Amino acid sequence: MTTRRLVVALGILVLAAVLGAAALIVRYGESDEAALAPVDIGGPFTMTDQYGATVTEQDLLGHPSLVFFGFTFCPDVCPSTLAEIAAWLDELGAEGEDLAVYFVTVDPARDTAEVLGQYVGYFSPRIVALRGTTNQTDEIVASYKAYAKRVDMGDGTGDYLMDHSAAVYLMDSKGDFFDAIIFTATPEEAVAKLRKLIAAS
Amino acid sequence: MRLFSTLALALALVAFGGAARAHDLQIGDLELGHPWIAEAPPGAPTAAGYVDIANQGETPDRLLAVRCAFAERAEIHEMTIDDAGTMQMRPLPQGLEIPGGQTVKLERGGFHLMFMHVMERPVAGDMIPVTLVFEHAGEVEAMFMVQKAADGGMEMDDGMEMEMESGQ
Ligand SMILES: [Cu+2]
Repeated sequence: MTTRRLVVALGILVLAAVLGAAALIVRYGESDEAALAPVDIGGPFTMTDQYGATVTEQDLLGHPSLVFFGFTFCPDVCPSTLAEIAAWLDELGAEGEDLAVYFVTVDPARDTAEVLGQYVGYFSPRIVALRGTTNQTDEIVASYKAYAKRVDMGDGTGDYLMDHSAAVYLMDSKGDFFDAIIFTATPEEAVAKLRKLIAAS
Repeated sequence: MRLFSTLALALALVAFGGAARAHDLQIGDLELGHPWIAEAPPGAPTAAGYVDIANQGETPDRLLAVRCAFAERAEIHEMTIDDAGTMQMRPLPQGLEIPGGQTVKLERGGFHLMFMHVMERPVAGDMIPVTLVFEHAGEVEAMFMVQKAADGGMEMDDGMEMEMESGQ
């Protein structure tokens, strides 16, 4: 009797494990960013753009948006990504005219509104730079399940670097997370995802 | 003086050959391919430099330091992006090893020369002298061509002669 129960219980366990693994495979098969992009990305924030206007999560409603976190002291991944975003906008042309693009600084101490305005304007006049106080920055980072951490260089110069999430978040016209584009994506992959976002918005 | 510089140029041409591309150069066993700096956006406090370093010798060498006049400081950095999508940029205080018989590419999303607190903004078309210090091959001043990031460091026939001063 006991043995039989044990066998049944074991059987159920094995079945559960197989189903769980299958579910995982399906999930990862759908999108290679599934691991880094849980669906509850997005939420409340209050930031200020480079022109001094307040921008909140309400401003994401009614059109698709891209949200990217970075800082101007980064000479590599951040400017490369902004240059790529500008190229995607060019490629999309009229098709992408409703797409809003937000560059969120994770380094408000060094990235003043003036620095940010010049910086993002260089890539595209369509890019809106968002800056907040430390608390506001923490809030938007938390809302997007993003990561940002100051790392002091410890060389006596006072310089520091920022570790931060490098993916571009695709948000739909309801302000909900739709997908993400990672740094290694090709332009074709990126534009294909943007077309899906636009079609769904 | 004039004779001397003509001689030096002739020697340089003989030593480094017409086969080298526009601003590639050779120092000892190392060949430096297409040194370039990404045009910095206005307001950006930093800039990044890239180059392919091919070690044609059998023994490893090491890029130890980098110096320039257009920024307050220059370092060797590495970018990594982990599985969670978090980007980290870190200095390499021990420098960057160039194993024998291999090419190490400094390229976006990987290694870069980090120019901090740029005093003069690098603009596409500029040629900027940067000194690279190698453990064994010694020091070399390479001319880095500034290109727009969107051009991705593509090789361009800039038609410019390389300039170099090796050793010290
Ligand atoms: Cu760096």
